[in-house]
Amino acid sequence: MFADLLLEGAVTRIEGPLLFAKRAARVGLNSAVEVVGNDGGTRLGRIAALDEQSMVIEVLQSTTGLDLAGTRVRLRPEPLLFGVGPNLLGRIFDSVGRPIDGGPPVSARARMRIEGLAINPSWRALPRDFIETGVSTIDLLNSLVRGQKLPLFSAGGLPHDRLATQIAQRARLRGGKSEEFAVVFAGMGVPHDTAEQFRRAMESSGALGHTVLFLNLADEPGMQRLLTPRYALTAAEYLAFVEGRHVLVVLTDMTNYCEALREVSASHGEIPGRKGYPGYMYSDLAALYERAGCIRGRPGTLTQLPILTMPGDDIGHPIPDLTGYITEGQIVLDRELDRKGIYPPIKVLPSLSRLMDSGIGEGYTDADHPALAHQLFAAYARAMRVRTLASVMGEQGLPDADRKFLEFGARFEEQFVNQAASRTLEESMQSGWDVLRGLPHNELARLSDAQIRKHLEEPAHA
Amino acid sequence: MSEARITWIGGPVLRARMTGSFSVYEAVSVGPRRLLGEVIQLKGEELVAQVYEDTTGLEPGDAVAGSGRALSVKLGPGLLGGIFDGLLRPLTGTDDFQIQAGLGSGAAGRFRFVPQANAGATLETGAILGAVAAAREQLILVPPGVAGRLEWLAAEGEYGEDEVIARLVGENGKTHEVAMRHPWPVRTPRPVRARLPASAPMITGQRILDTLFPVARGGRAALPGGFGTGKTVLQEALAKWCDADVIVYVGCGERGNEMAEVLDEFPQLEDPRTGRPLAERTVIIANTSNMPVAAREASIYTAISVAEYFRDQGLHVALMADSTSRWAEALREVSGRLGELPGEAGYPAYLSSRLAEFYERAARVTTLGGKEGSVTIIGAVSPPAGDFSEPVTLHTKRYVRCFWALDRQRAQARFYPAIHPLLSYSADADALAEWWKHSGGNPDWITQRQRVLSLLEQQAHLERMARIVGRDALPAQQQLKLLCADLVNDGFLRQSSFSKVDRYCSPGRQAAMISVLLAFMDRAEAAVQSGVAPARIAELPVVRQLQRLGEEYGEGDLRKLSQLPHQLDYEFDSLHTVAANVR
Ligand SMILES: Nc1ncnc2c1ncn2[C@@H]1O[C@H](COP(=O)(O)OP(=O)(O)OP(=O)(O)O)[C@@H](O)[C@H]1O
Ligand SMILES: [Mg+2]
Repeated sequence: MFADLLLEGAVTRIEGPLLFAKRAARVGLNSAVEVVGNDGGTRLGRIAALDEQSMVIEVLQSTTGLDLAGTRVRLRPEPLLFGVGPNLLGRIFDSVGRPIDGGPPVSARARMRIEGLAINPSWRALPRDFIETGVSTIDLLNSLVRGQKLPLFSAGGLPHDRLATQIAQRARLRGGKSEEFAVVFAGMGVPHDTAEQFRRAMESSGALGHTVLFLNLADEPGMQRLLTPRYALTAAEYLAFVEGRHVLVVLTDMTNYCEALREVSASHGEIPGRKGYPGYMYSDLAALYERAGCIRGRPGTLTQLPILTMPGDDIGHPIPDLTGYITEGQIVLDRELDRKGIYPPIKVLPSLSRLMDSGIGEGYTDADHPALAHQLFAAYARAMRVRTLASVMGEQGLPDADRKFLEFGARFEEQFVNQAASRTLEESMQSGWDVLRGLPHNELARLSDAQIRKHLEEPAHA
Repeated sequence: MSEARITWIGGPVLRARMTGSFSVYEAVSVGPRRLLGEVIQLKGEELVAQVYEDTTGLEPGDAVAGSGRALSVKLGPGLLGGIFDGLLRPLTGTDDFQIQAGLGSGAAGRFRFVPQANAGATLETGAILGAVAAAREQLILVPPGVAGRLEWLAAEGEYGEDEVIARLVGENGKTHEVAMRHPWPVRTPRPVRARLPASAPMITGQRILDTLFPVARGGRAALPGGFGTGKTVLQEALAKWCDADVIVYVGCGERGNEMAEVLDEFPQLEDPRTGRPLAERTVIIANTSNMPVAAREASIYTAISVAEYFRDQGLHVALMADSTSRWAEALREVSGRLGELPGEAGYPAYLSSRLAEFYERAARVTTLGGKEGSVTIIGAVSPPAGDFSEPVTLHTKRYVRCFWALDRQRAQARFYPAIHPLLSYSADADALAEWWKHSGGNPDWITQRQRVLSLLEQQAHLERMARIVGRDALPAQQQLKLLCADLVNDGFLRQSSFSKVDRYCSPGRQAAMISVLLAFMDRAEAAVQSGVAPARIAELPVVRQLQRLGEEYGEGDLRKLSQLPHQLDYEFDSLHTVAANVR
């Protein structure tokens, strides 16, 4: 094993986030380093490369104020670890896992690697437990299940925080006792009031004692933003897979995280990929998102709700694009719906939950749930096509059936998507059937005759 | 064995000073945990290697031990039904739910060997030595590089996979000891006697593929699509229902839960042809997105080597690679670390030739042992922002024969599989018409296919017109075309992988379905010609049934399905009667 050592006067060069130092002691790759400047401040780092004489330390916090002579380097014999224990709950930490709520240090029951280790796919259990969020467009059309990673694709000025808070508050209600539940909130580059609002919401719903917050505020240097989700997910993994809780992790705003990644990559002089983001951004994001899941034989689950703001409202931008390629679906928020005053402004067509098929239907939710969801998607897709058509040639030129779809589209947005209060799944389904009424039955190819009779004809006659 | 000492390490790449000689692509074991790595460059005294596992804790001075052999995997009877990482190390049987570096190559399994050759015989490479009775029978062949007089063959009995079960003396007098499994350098294609042209389709059970865009046994297909358009679900559907003997499924840089899904489902599902659990014909190679990138690059070669191993036994093998884009990205990452000059979108200049080499390993062949076998490759492609003009999609397109383009709009309307019929193609179709005529039981296949494709082509054209003049303003014949095209889409092309009734569609049911749809078209055209309004046809009860043909008429309802043309005739006949009465 390597020693825990303090080196003085070993630093030979400082280049942006990189510190070059003499390898005056044995140390392994990726070992944790504490860099102590003349100012007395301690910065976390890790050994990024080693040769026979020297080592390269990647400082994970700002290097401002460091000089060659006065900088001391403490080598740790292990990679970056986070001390976790049951008293994490109810606490607030900074971006690198230090308490900032004035409370005592957490008495650690275990020290876990913040990078985590890949979950062996053969140990994963398939996420199947439906979470009722109270939002129809999620519960009925893009169902969330425990152990899923389902991001919110949003844009500046849209109410993603409100929606995430609402989900976090509600998600604990279904199944299980409340002490089995925990919420981990990782704020990356978010304004202080966003974090504060979330904290207050958790407090008012009585869940603060089950919540852990990690805050990297907007005015902190970008670099350590890369560490915040890693500390948060390490805490979440502990709570889920060691303590057996159902953990919901809210990661916001992943766009800030990715910007930091780009900044750091540039400062390392790496060859930039699409739009300047590093070529390894996919793998880097996957290393975070893949920490969600369920493990065979363990009671806890880790569900992720990352939030990102799409730069330029563009879903093809590398940040949402790579996220969508990793996560198990996405919930897309839309400016136009928001402008129409529809809440939650969820754009249904590009939204998707990939784990839905294993968590809904006969034996899970309702036997007709999948068919109803598919019919709503198909009908709304047609309504949107007709709407485009109508905007070109006017409603008069539309055949009868098309006009009915146009009306359906409006009904769907105003009555189904828009909701003043939470709905149970049953209420969501009822609303779904209600808005379908009025469409010609021979156009409802996704519903069986029996389903049409049962849900669309009988109540109408009644 | 040669040894080297680390002089520099950063991330997964290291440099080391050699004592003794190494070769490029030689497998090495690194440091005290004996991490697996591969030599990628040799320069003077120094080698550059990439390590396939987490390098945390390594330091200069640590040993790099040579293996004397190119990066290899062990191919043997223990593969079927298993799940392995990108270097074919078993993922099952660990006590930790997280993957620790230094994963072992797995204990050899024990199998009952039944000899099928006689001592004294002269055996060529690829000749049968015997068989093992596992969940399904597998052949043990004389492995590549070995041939000669069989001096000794083990008696029937249970042996470990690495135990010697045969001894052969080659022409040069060299003795070869053969075990049930043998190492194979993954980057080298396994030898065959001859490559054969396409002659039979691989039946996938997916209507849009088998009927419109068929892939031949030994063929190559690409499945490009943006995120969430249905690549994985379709690959899984093919892995479940296609008529290959063995499936190799490689999750290359994709999600852990998808692997769990395959592991969860396949043991419970039955192969519709053999009645055996699907897991028994499947090998899963999982190098998920959070596992080391270098191993992701190797996983594709591991998978194709495994596929060729089964092909050599005279089997038809299907390889599903999800996703080849992640493999290309791994290539790019490794290349970047070596400081190579980046080409288009940062990919190395050899991207295209690597893709070509990979797809070239798909083929229908005569094996060295004289049997027919094949490897069919289905590669998913994940283009950034769903844009098919990016390098991986473009280069892949040059080497595949089938292009199954997934369409975001279809996917968003939950119209699955979201394969766009006008952007997709199959260059194998003509070669397969003969098979349908003589063995597939549908001599009309090629004409039916043509009719459907041209209908869909016209639909696109007519919809453009309708956008200008309005659908109602189109002539009756054209309105009817649109109705028929909608029916073909809804009733035939739509097929949900989650529907118990419809997830698999036999060639017989496909033929029956397309026939009834075309019969409808014929009758409807005649009716419109004789003055019936298309709107009246749209209201016929049979239309509603045709719309839901796949869902309502499963494999068990073929009789009922064959009655449908009668109902259709009846409804059209009465339409005329009514029309006549009105007149
Ligand atoms: N053939 C199908 N039948 C039914 N549902 C499907 C089908 N194909 C796709 N889907 C639906 O679409 C979702 C997304 O499909 P899938 O995961 O295969 O996308 P993908 O193209 O592999 O995306 P990514 O590139 O992000 O991995 C599925 O979870 C499923 O709900
Ligand atoms: Mg996929």
